[in-house]
Amino acid sequence: MVLICYNRTVNPETRNLSDLAPGQLAVISAVHADEALHHRLAALGFRIGRSVLMMRRGRWSGPLHVRLGATDVMLRRAEAGLISVSA
Amino acid sequence: MKRIALIGMPNTGKSTLFNRLTGSSARVANWAGVTVDLASARILLGGHIAELVDLPGIYDLHGFSDDERVVRHFLEAYAIDMLAIIVNATQIERQLPLVLQARSLGLPMVLLLNMADEAKRHGMQVDTVRLTARLGLPVVMISAKYGTGQPAALKALARTLDAALEIGPARHAALKSVLSDDVRIERETAEMMAEAVTLPLQLPEQVSDRIDRLALHPWLGLPLFFLAMLVMFQAVFWLGAPLQQGLTALFEQLRQLVLEPPAAALPGFVRGLLLDGAYAGFATVAAFVPLIVLFFLFMALVEDSGYLARAAFLTDALMGRLGLDGRSFVMVLMGFGCNVPAVMGTRMMRDRPLRLLSMLVIPLSLCSARLQVFLFIVSAIFQPAQAPWVIFGFYLASFAVMMLTALVFRGRFRNTEPFVVELPPWRVPTLRQVWMRGWMEVRHFLARATRFIVIGVIAIWLLTNLPLGAAPGGTATLAGQLGTLFAPILAPIGIDEKLTVALLFGFVAKEVMIGAFAVIYGLSGDALAGELARSMTWVQAVSFMLFTLIYTPCMSTIATIKIESRSAAFATLSVLWPLALAWGASFVFYQGMRLLSGS
Repeated sequence: MVLICYNRTVNPETRNLSDLAPGQLAVISAVHADEALHHRLAALGFRIGRSVLMMRRGRWSGPLHVRLGATDVMLRRAEAGLISVSA
Repeated sequence: MKRIALIGMPNTGKSTLFNRLTGSSARVANWAGVTVDLASARILLGGHIAELVDLPGIYDLHGFSDDERVVRHFLEAYAIDMLAIIVNATQIERQLPLVLQARSLGLPMVLLLNMADEAKRHGMQVDTVRLTARLGLPVVMISAKYGTGQPAALKALARTLDAALEIGPARHAALKSVLSDDVRIERETAEMMAEAVTLPLQLPEQVSDRIDRLALHPWLGLPLFFLAMLVMFQAVFWLGAPLQQGLTALFEQLRQLVLEPPAAALPGFVRGLLLDGAYAGFATVAAFVPLIVLFFLFMALVEDSGYLARAAFLTDALMGRLGLDGRSFVMVLMGFGCNVPAVMGTRMMRDRPLRLLSMLVIPLSLCSARLQVFLFIVSAIFQPAQAPWVIFGFYLASFAVMMLTALVFRGRFRNTEPFVVELPPWRVPTLRQVWMRGWMEVRHFLARATRFIVIGVIAIWLLTNLPLGAAPGGTATLAGQLGTLFAPILAPIGIDEKLTVALLFGFVAKEVMIGAFAVIYGLSGDALAGELARSMTWVQAVSFMLFTLIYTPCMSTIATIKIESRSAAFATLSVLWPLALAWGASFVFYQGMRLLSGS
């Protein structure tokens, strides 16, 4: 698996999945996870180019509930921070 | 006429460049074999008229999103003489893989690095000469927005197209073979989906979403979940208690009418062993089976509906602070049925410290075997109206000691496990599903329980009746001696000699304890309950139950922990820590209540 990484400061328009507000839709532009997590994310539908909808954000810095197509996934903010999105 | 395809990722300024190159001559047309309309225009390149086609923005040439399919089908279906690939220069690191994918198609290609102006502002420098040499294709910096680099880009396109003149059908065949694998994967996926996949009974999305708005509500979600659990336990109690009383009466009738007449011929010792030992113990435990069946049916209902996964979402914030995660919470809830499958369920965690911490916490969850013991004692000591609340209190105590354990050990078992879990839609569990799941659990429970109970109860009867001649259950028996031995440790927490023997056997399996009471007190059914109420205060009873809740996982659980952790040292810790914690908790409660009541 190719590990795609780039310096995020280069493009200030790029945001992380963890930055989205509930109801916001974005397109996944990069996944910066290690290989094992990368595979797991890919299997759940976190692929470059897929649209992702933020459903809700858990209280007390709890996990995020996102929707990819027909799949709902919950993930912690730390993992969502590894996923770059563009509006 | 030559055909040039313009490809690139979304938001790279591809359409801006297309409009700039083609002016107003572009037309949108439908291409056979491609599901979306594509813009194309004729442009003059060097000495040729070429058709430039603007393809949808894609991230991955081998991806399977709709747009990626369109691009692949287009490249496969139409003869392309050249590719123009556009890349956002500021994101070149992320976008270069697409260039390499496109290059492997073997078509003549030009790389246009767009947003040169922005890259310059960011202080980025791209050595196009070196990049050209490395990639083996012309690289031109442009700004589609401002038109800079356009003459150079057109020149590069014209020169590459010139060199590409002699490329014929052979190359197209090669291109097809590169893409055919992806097309085959697409087709196979679609065929298999159509043939073999039937989607489960699933609520319409809007309904599921509406339920989630309430069930995952920021403030109400967690209280609602615990309310649902409370209602479930109430229902189990309310439905199960009459059944249990009925069964108890039935077993008593069976004993008097069917078993006692023929047993009268047997010698006293054998009759005692069979009737007061094996039968009384078995009957007391068996009377609880309806409650256990109900409990597992309700658990299966909660699990199949999708509520357990919601519980993981609701509790992850708290569990994360305890060094665990939402899945640990779900395993703990499973542990309320039986600790053994819950400990095995931690296999889905990859990170060893997280697994170990979960395995240390799970045995503290109030399993159905312990529930049996508590139901028996609580209904003997407390008023019927109080009983469900006392039971619920023990569930809360169970959570409290789990939290304490996690807090104590989270530093030793520090984990880095990512938390990414699918949230299934709300489903209406079918009766059959719930029944199958519930029945499987019940069967497992019964197989385990009967094995331990019959052996355990007989052993207890022997302990309370040997040596021969000693008064049954008295201090002279083996059991009495064991009780005296442990008295210095257990007396400060209000546990007497008789209860001590029950605790010793609870170590084997908690289900044995009820049977043990029957044998130790030489009574069963209502008479046993009455004797319990006479022989201990409610403070003693609670202290005893608190100790029973925490003191040690049963033998099956310990064996499972040993196998799953592959560590005898960890298995030892999983026994010693709860023992110390149990004694401490009971001591604080018992002595604290004594101080408060001034006795």
